Formats: sequence, structure tokens, C-alpha cells
Amino acid sequence: MSFWLIQSLNSLALGGVLFTLAAGFSLIFGLMRIANLSHGAYFMLGAYVGLSVIEAGHSFFLAILAAAVAIGLLGCIVERFILRRLAGNSLSQVLATLGVAFVIADCSLWFWGGDPRPVSPPSFLAGGIQIMGLTFPIYRIALVIFSIFIALGLWMLLDKTKLGVMIRASVDDRQMAQGIGVPATKLFSIVFCLGAALAGIGGIAAAPILSVYPGLDADMLPIALVVVILGGLGSLLGAFIGSFLIGFIYSFGQALFPDLAYIILFLPMLIILAVRPRGLFGKISA
Amino acid sequence: MNRIATVVVLLLLLVLPLLTGGTYYTNLASQILIAAIFAMSLNLLVGYAGLTSLGHAGYLGLAAYISSWLMVKLGWSHASSAAMAIIATTVIAGIFGLIALRATGISFLMITLAFGQILWGLAYRWASVTGGDNGISGLTRPRPFGLDLEEANNFYYCSLAVFVLVWIAIAILVRSPFGATIRGTKDQPRRMSALGFNVWLIRWITFTACGFFASIGGIMYVYYHQFISPHSLSLANSAEMLLMVIAGGAGTLMGPVIGAALVMLLKNVASQYVDHWVTLLGLVFIFIVMFIPGGIVAGFERLKNALSASK
Repeated sequence: MSFWLIQSLNSLALGGVLFTLAAGFSLIFGLMRIANLSHGAYFMLGAYVGLSVIEAGHSFFLAILAAAVAIGLLGCIVERFILRRLAGNSLSQVLATLGVAFVIADCSLWFWGGDPRPVSPPSFLAGGIQIMGLTFPIYRIALVIFSIFIALGLWMLLDKTKLGVMIRASVDDRQMAQGIGVPATKLFSIVFCLGAALAGIGGIAAAPILSVYPGLDADMLPIALVVVILGGLGSLLGAFIGSFLIGFIYSFGQALFPDLAYIILFLPMLIILAVRPRGLFGKISA
Repeated sequence: MNRIATVVVLLLLLVLPLLTGGTYYTNLASQILIAAIFAMSLNLLVGYAGLTSLGHAGYLGLAAYISSWLMVKLGWSHASSAAMAIIATTVIAGIFGLIALRATGISFLMITLAFGQILWGLAYRWASVTGGDNGISGLTRPRPFGLDLEEANNFYYCSLAVFVLVWIAIAILVRSPFGATIRGTKDQPRRMSALGFNVWLIRWITFTACGFFASIGGIMYVYYHQFISPHSLSLANSAEMLLMVIAGGAGTLMGPVIGAALVMLLKNVASQYVDHWVTLLGLVFIFIVMFIPGGIVAGFERLKNALSASK
């Protein structure tokens, strides 16, 4: 019983982390029709930037802020100087993001070294909480709540603001949206920057449970791909449900079949592709 | 003109070990030939069928792991393990194709990337079979017709022979009527479909053929290194193969070979000075995509035209 409860909390926490990664990826795909293959690298770099801020003696909160700003800025630069120059050629854009991913990953290895670096959670979230005789780590509970807040924030942004209306209109029908004066180029910048910042936040928020290591980017990118293919590209709800689904599948797979967890992770994606290629909640067919 | 060039290049390749005067360069040449086999096979999919794959190193891994495992763990002979590895890899490619070809474009790229990562994950974590991070070593090179392939020059000629065979097979394939239908599905899938061609089947056959040719490269790769580890299946390796195709010129016979030579030379030269090949790979990738999207072969022709026009 305790195994199932604790694994469920782990699954929820991992799902929350995946959501911060997949939400941005999915929005960028929905709007710009490109798979941002540097998303895993943004996640890892966010974790490293946060780590450095914490090691310099600052608070965890400041680390999250620094990761968001730094990775958001980096996203803006990549979008402005690389992706925009390749506008209209989505394959080239995707390949360019792959190049960016390699540069980030290798430079991080250069700068922060090859050893895994643990990150401790902020002191008021350290330790565990006793419920029904079981000890649950507080940080994981906080992570779940944090990700739900991010989901709510994103939903408000997309559903209740003018910017959100423009984004949704462009996802649904880009040409029509441009035709009635939605500034596509500006939206691309905003969404790419926002998606990158979210990935950076996810990276440092996940660091206390995943730690930071070279190869974190290559571990996370395929999981993000699985989440968005499962949930449906361009759909925030799909990213949300997909993240928690994969969180459960991965955590339980890891605990029950450690050798094959990685394969089990990809099974739902294969089933979805065979049965419903556009994903659970997707509007764009794959 | 083209024929003469081909003959000259072939002659040069034949006497190359005499010119280099050292096993280092002969071995580098062997590696380039093996890389070219991967690039040519990937080019079938990327250049001719218009389906960009980011999981090509997976086939290298499949063929290399299956043949090593059969030989080292089960004691099969060179010929039977290689044949089995090629058959198994081709069959698995066929199964992957069934799923991956549910999509085209960016989604296809994402699915092939996921496949590549599945295989990488298997190689890395299924340690009881694959040896995990340590990989499988202890493999020997075969002795076809009593030829000692442990010797660098002999191995080079063996690689050259395999390379030429693969080249001829792919050249025949893309110049055949079937090759024309492959190009047709890239440029005009709907028209091809309206003309009565089964676009999906044509793509699936191409996908499977791509796996078949890559498995030959995988066998040569594992004979060359006599070692296989998850590192060879990494996304960076798949991207390197894709870079060879794009840098040289996708959809041409010569492009991927030139691309393979350039990438391997760059990698070897660069690694003598800096130990950050991956950064360089990323930068070259961005540079090629942004400034020479058609590849070097096409880039040269454009440059030549521009020069002759300005005169």
C-alpha cells in the first residue's frame, strides 16, 4: 500500500515537471509548426543556471527567477537571429534548433563539468510530512501544487487575455488570423520566449528530485516528445493530461521493471499513433 | 564527363593506401567509407522520399549489437551472425516503418527521434544483454577468403568493396522506375496517389530499404571498432549522419559521400585541437542550414553560376 501511495506522489511530481516542459513545447509547435528540439537543452540549462545562483548563496526563489529570465532571453535570441531568418521553412528551423541543442549541451558540460550535481530544495520545503503513518517528501507535494499554478496561469493567459485569443486564433488558423491583423512575428517571439522560460523554470524546479547532469537534456527531450504526441500537439489540456499520464507510467515502470522502463514509456505513444495519430486532444493532425 | 570523374575517383580510392603512407590515414579513409554507407542509406529517405529521420544511428546500433551479441555470447560464426543481424535489422526497420509512416514532415522526424532514443535506452539500460554502459567488446574481424582484415590496408579494401556495392545498389534503385516513384511521392504525393500509386507502400519500402543498407554499414562499423556501446546510438550520432546528408546535398548520389568525408575529416582534425566536437557539430549544423541549405554540391554550382554570370 505504502509503495503505491509514495509512487503515486512521485508520479504526480514528475508529471508536474513534465508539464512545464511539454506546455511550452506544445504551444511552440501549435503556433510555429516547429518541433523545438532545443527544449530539453533549455530545461537542463535552466537547472544549471539555478544551481549556480543557489551556490552563490542566493535563495531558491531567486534561482527560479534567474533561470526563467536567462532561458527566456536565450530563447528570444535564438528566435530572433536564427529561427526568424528561416521563416517559412520549418524543417530548417527544426534542424537549427537541434544545432542549438548540441551547442548548449556541450557548453554546459564545459562550464559545469561532467559530474551529476545535486540541488537541495529550499529549507522550508525540505524533509517530509507524516500522513497516515507514511512520510511524504514535502518538496514533491509543493512541486505538484506549483505545476498546477503554472497550468492555471497559462490557462488564464490563453483563455482570458487578448494575447491568448490571438495565440489561439493563430494555432487554429494561422492564415486567417494573419489576414485579420494578428501580428504573427511578434506572437512567435513571445511564445518562443515564454516556452523557453517555462522549460528553464521546469529545469530548476525539477533539480531537487532529478539532480542536474550532462545528458539530462537528451533524457527529457524524448519524454517531452512522447507527452505532446500522446496529448496532442498544440493543446494545453493535452500537454497537462499527457504529462501526468507519462509521469505515472514512467515512475511505476521504473519501480516495477527497471530494465525496460524506457521502452514502457514509449508504448502509449506507439498505441496512440496507431489508433489516433493526432493525439488525445490534438487539433493538428500529425 | 561524369563517367571519367567516377573512374578517376575510383582509381584514386584504389591507390589511396599507397599515397597516405600510414595506418592512421588509411583507417580514417575506412571510417569515411563506412560513414558514407550510413549517409547514402539515410539519403534514400531524406533526399529521395523527403522524409527527414533523426533515428538513423538506431540501425547502426541494432546491426552492431545483434551481430556482436550472436558472436560473443552465442558463438555464431561471422557470416551467420552478420546475415542474421542484417535480416533482423531490416525486419525491425519494416515494423518501425509501419508506425512512423502514420505521419510525415516534422511529426515523422519526432517519431524517428523517439525510436532512436528507445534503442539508445535499450542499449543503455538492458544491461543483462547489452552490457549497459560498457557495451560489448571482444569481437574479431572476419577473414574472408583468408584475407587478414586486422591489417589496416586489407580492411580499407574490404570497406571500399562494400561501399562500392552499396553505391551501385542505391544508384540502380534511385535510377529505376521505382526510384522515380519515390521522388514522385516526395514532390507530389497527392498526384501520385491520384495516378494510382500506393504512396504509403512506396514510402514503406523506401523506409525498409534505408534500414537494410544502414544495417550493412552497422556490420562494417562494428568490425572496424570491434566494440559497440550505447554512445554510438546517441542522438548526436544520428544528427551527425543527417548533417552528412544535408551538408553534402540531399537527393544526390554524390552529396552524402562528400558530406561524410567532410564531417569525418572535420571531426578528426577538430578533435586534435579541441575536445568539444559536439559544439562544433552544432555550429556547423546551424551554419549549413542557414547559409547552404541545398548542400555543398548545390552550393558550389550556385557559386560557379554566380561567378560566370558576373563575368
